Amino acid sequence: MSAPLLQVINLKVYYYVEAGAVKAVDDVSFDLESGIKMGLVGESGSGKSTMAQAMMRMIKPPGKIESGHMILDGIDLVSLSEEQMRQTKLRKLAMIPQGAMNALNPVMRIDRQLIDGMLDHGVVMSKDEREQRVTELLEMVDLPPKVAMMYPHELSGGMQQRVTVAQSISMEPDLIIADEPTSALDVVIQRQVMETINRLQERLGISVILIGHDMGLMAQTVNRLAVMYAGRMMEIGETRKMFHDPLHPYTQLLIESLPVLENKGVFSGIPGITPSLLSPPEGCVFHTRCPKAWERCREEIPQFVEAQPGRWVACHLHTA
Amino acid sequence: MQRGQGFKGFLNYIRRNPAFGGGMVILVVLLLFATVTTIWIPREGAYPLATMPKQPPSAEHPFGTDSVGRDLLPTLIYGTQMTLSIGMISGCIGLGVGTVLGFMTGYFGGVFDTVVKFLVDVLMTIPSFLLLVTIASSVPDPEEMGILRMALILSIVAWVQPTRAIRAQVLSMRERAFVMMAKLSGMSGMEIIIKELMPNLMPYLAISLAGAVNGGVLGSLGLQTLGIGNLREPSLGMTIYWLRYYNAFLQGYWWWIIEPVIVIALIFIAFLLLSIGLDEFANPRTRRTV
Amino acid sequence: MSTPLLELKNVTKIFGSKSDYTVALDGMTFALDEDFPKIVTIAGESGSGKTTMGMLMLGFYGPTMGEVLFRGQPLSTFKGPELYKFRRQIQAVFQDPFAVYNPFYKVDNLLSIPIKNYKLAGSRSEAREMMENALERVGLRPEETLGRYPHQLSGGQRQRIAVARALLLAPKLLITDEPVSMVDASLRSTILKSLRAMNQDFGIPILYITHDLTTAYHVSDYIIILYRGSVMEAGNVDKIIRDPQHPYTKLLVSSIPWPDPDLSWGGSEEMIQKSQVAFKEITGCKFEPRCPYSMDICRTKVPELFMTNGDRVVACYLQKDNPALPREELSRVFTEA
Repeated sequence: MSAPLLQVINLKVYYYVEAGAVKAVDDVSFDLESGIKMGLVGESGSGKSTMAQAMMRMIKPPGKIESGHMILDGIDLVSLSEEQMRQTKLRKLAMIPQGAMNALNPVMRIDRQLIDGMLDHGVVMSKDEREQRVTELLEMVDLPPKVAMMYPHELSGGMQQRVTVAQSISMEPDLIIADEPTSALDVVIQRQVMETINRLQERLGISVILIGHDMGLMAQTVNRLAVMYAGRMMEIGETRKMFHDPLHPYTQLLIESLPVLENKGVFSGIPGITPSLLSPPEGCVFHTRCPKAWERCREEIPQFVEAQPGRWVACHLHTA
Repeated sequence: MQRGQGFKGFLNYIRRNPAFGGGMVILVVLLLFATVTTIWIPREGAYPLATMPKQPPSAEHPFGTDSVGRDLLPTLIYGTQMTLSIGMISGCIGLGVGTVLGFMTGYFGGVFDTVVKFLVDVLMTIPSFLLLVTIASSVPDPEEMGILRMALILSIVAWVQPTRAIRAQVLSMRERAFVMMAKLSGMSGMEIIIKELMPNLMPYLAISLAGAVNGGVLGSLGLQTLGIGNLREPSLGMTIYWLRYYNAFLQGYWWWIIEPVIVIALIFIAFLLLSIGLDEFANPRTRRTV
Repeated sequence: MSTPLLELKNVTKIFGSKSDYTVALDGMTFALDEDFPKIVTIAGESGSGKTTMGMLMLGFYGPTMGEVLFRGQPLSTFKGPELYKFRRQIQAVFQDPFAVYNPFYKVDNLLSIPIKNYKLAGSRSEAREMMENALERVGLRPEETLGRYPHQLSGGQRQRIAVARALLLAPKLLITDEPVSMVDASLRSTILKSLRAMNQDFGIPILYITHDLTTAYHVSDYIIILYRGSVMEAGNVDKIIRDPQHPYTKLLVSSIPWPDPDLSWGGSEEMIQKSQVAFKEITGCKFEPRCPYSMDICRTKVPELFMTNGDRVVACYLQKDNPALPREELSRVFTEA
């Protein structure tokens, strides 16, 4: 049994503000096998975006990686120096950012932007090889070759996003982190971009962590689903099982609140508000809104354990 | 833009924005220099034949004296007073006019906007200093010009930049959702300008004020150095005029030269730092996201 | 038949200059009656014209051609008192829960200013009571929300206050533009529930502008699907989403990521970007360049609103064997229960 591609162990990312430490990511652990698509879902304040930034070592002060490890293919990303991390990016680990507009250089042609990363990493290519690679990359994301000569503003939102996808696979990394790649896109374009990412993932065998808040998108695209709440990991499992039989009460409520074709007119949500990350509640961080909370939940933080094979939960209901 | 917690918040902010703090400190020092010292140092020393001429700095005359017997210490004190007053008056008039015009044209548009825009464009094309020189030398009795008259002349060009800056800000703010909400809540145009837009534009108004005052100081110095202005009063610009007239360079009266230059430099440094600081306040570079 | 409350009469809105223009809305006719206690969704992707329609109905700008009428009077003729009456009766909830607040003031302002301007309360204490009631009705606690600044509350709380404001004002028509798209999934239901309650308990017609067909399905009764400024399909929301007839609607519905792993993205034969035809050159159906069923007539003449049912129209020549509904009568599809 081979070791997982990525192992996140007890990761903590805190932001230090005047009032204290905001625990954006608090003791999160999970594994990711090679070639698997995992969705990381959570609402605002869950810590999912911070996780994305932490994995790319892009946390800026006043935030810092407090403790923990992120082991990618045997290397602990937390312990790498800036320079070592820079070399790891793109080659082993790449990111598809949320807004393509922010990631693409508005005054640089697309072909240069696709090649630059590779050149930076010391790949030597002749002019012909470069052109060939650009055409190759564009073809992989279903863009016509003429896009290479264009500038970002000449492309539509969906096309820009696909360029960032092409950038991320340019060195065929082991892992791609997609941080809400389609949240700014229309539903039809969203599907196109997601299908492009899916096809690529299958073709190149890359692992993908898809971060987002759209459970519908997760249901359609990922093999495994991880649910975060207020900086902690609540549940991880195979997507189908998570939807049909969620173990954690938060996951249950979340899935119940989703609109599906059958239950028109039935509105259910999760009462209460997300807790402050500055002073989270004692015990289980969800207990203030959990319909099944009892004494133990108020006092003791539940351990994140494998309640069933392949299914991990942090809930006292499942850690007898 | 958030509200701080009173004085302590203000001190805290100074720590994070040293440019603003530095500028304020220098400005306060200059103001004290130009005002508090007058309790002990009378104005008469700033005029010709007040004392022994051509004296380098000494215990009796810490700043030395000039070729016609002015004690340079009161000269600079009252000169700074004059220059800063002219700058502030023209700056305030410029800001006042600029605010009214900027908000009205930015929010309401229309014919009024077209007219004002045309005026602004014309005034921006004409070199403002030449315009000032022309106007200032064509008024009757320019040698007898008081602070107020000088400030008014400078105001003719001081309103242009504030109008442009404020108008641009209003144009972009006008489309924001909270303005739409205000309209839906029954607020009139004027109410929206005063209650919704102005509070949000305070930093820009402050920046425009700093710029206008700075411009006023610069303009007055320029005019006075050429000898346009009140020849008898000891304004900073006039001091420079006289030191050139009496060839202070060739005569080696170094104290007469560096003292006004240092004061003028301090004024500009103060305003520069304030602009940088206010700009940082309006557009904070570090955004903390959690 | 009484004068409709708000009406768009053959409204076209064009943005841009003579050489580089966009037709945001093209010959749109639509009317809403006062006692029409239903929720109508205006659906479309970006560039469809849905937000433009909302802005025109709110009177934030005027049409390039055609007229927007409030109780029979064109909005363009409104001055002080008439404008006041208009603003009092048509209200809105916008997309961004932060942008609607002036960061300088406390959130109470959003509620207290309309109360004051429209003289809804006799005294300060009465006003306060009104505010507290409205907040409670949307599931907020007044002591946790009033007195705070916008940045001190969450997006969900802020948006709920905006809905409370609408409740408080009890307008004759509420226009909502993507009211839940920037709110967390678990909170969306609460807000949608409040909107539905406003409609059913207080009889306030609501226009729900969105690109999200799932929430549209849940909260509204009728739907108009827009594409590049023109109506593609309109009618009963249930029927249209379960059984779309216009090729564009089919494309939209099949792209919805349903939160059910067993219900995968529907097949949609490559309808995506068959060609990029310049906007101005389209004289027929706007969707034709992307349509797998396109015929010659689709390129030359704009399809009429073919009524395939008492409560549905489809602007597509595939349905040409059905009777055509004149465009001015579009609202007739909304009168079936």
